[in-house]
Amino acid sequence: MQLSPDSTILFQYGFLTLNATILFTWMVMGLLVLGSWLVTRKLSTGSVISRRQNFLESVVSMILGQIGDVTRQDPKRFLPFLGTIFIFVAASNLLSVVPGFKPPTGSLSTTAALALCVLVAVPAYGIADSGLGEYLKNYIRPTPMMLPFNITGEISRTLALAVRLFGNVMSGSMIGGILLAIAPLIFPVIMQLLGLLTGIVQAYIFAILAGVYIAAGLKIHEEIVQVKR
Amino acid sequence: MDSLTFIAVASIISAGLCIGIGAIGPALGEGRALAQALSSIAQQPDETNTITRTLFVGLAMVESTAIYCFVVSMILIFANPFWNYFLSKVGG
Repeated sequence: MQLSPDSTILFQYGFLTLNATILFTWMVMGLLVLGSWLVTRKLSTGSVISRRQNFLESVVSMILGQIGDVTRQDPKRFLPFLGTIFIFVAASNLLSVVPGFKPPTGSLSTTAALALCVLVAVPAYGIADSGLGEYLKNYIRPTPMMLPFNITGEISRTLALAVRLFGNVMSGSMIGGILLAIAPLIFPVIMQLLGLLTGIVQAYIFAILAGVYIAAGLKIHEEIVQVKR
Repeated sequence: MDSLTFIAVASIISAGLCIGIGAIGPALGEGRALAQALSSIAQQPDETNTITRTLFVGLAMVESTAIYCFVVSMILIFANPFWNYFLSKVGG
């Protein structure tokens, strides 16, 4: 039994290794790019819009609404980053019902990469918002005593993001495999259906938590501005 | 017992203990959170969206501790570093 698709090596040339994770990641990326290119090729602003455009518009407006609810700011700034994370994770989790497809989010390297993106994005948005010095002061608030705890918190929440997504997706496919050996008739199908729900919820949680972390880097600044007024 | 048998016995028992004990706390916590959220929704049905979203995020945070235990027990069973080390020592 394999713990992650990392160990399935398809092709090796020197130090270049093509494993199943990279292959399926590129397949998901290609699918998303191709699908959205096909839909956005002929957009219409009239009252009659195609079904696909309607679908994409509802997805985007749903993401915008959720980001706006969480960050309580103009969500347009965060849409490229958080929306991409949500759609990528949701697509790769949903595609796990396709036979032979191993979700790339079931590998710790993919989820660690996504969590590292969040780790970089939080100070990036914070510095773009309030400047370097003002952002760094967040670490010694309320007292400089809190500096090690703030840094530990940043690292541990990144670790938690990565391991949470990996554990949930990996456990879904693992339980499916174990149930196939114990009760192969109906129960694996039910667990697969449950896995669809878990996959969407985990994608939602990943994006929402990233939004919460980013907003936490900005909010303190806004409160200070209000006090200065 | 040689060291391989000893490691196998210790890994299996501690993997079971890890997930068994580690699931108790998150289960109790999630039950409490869910009950509280349900009574809040019953009192304020207008706030259902906010409560549900916060509940999901909170449940994910609580559940991650159980997920850590699960990952540790999976590592103990399927990717045990000590097992591989002693296996290579015995084989080589």
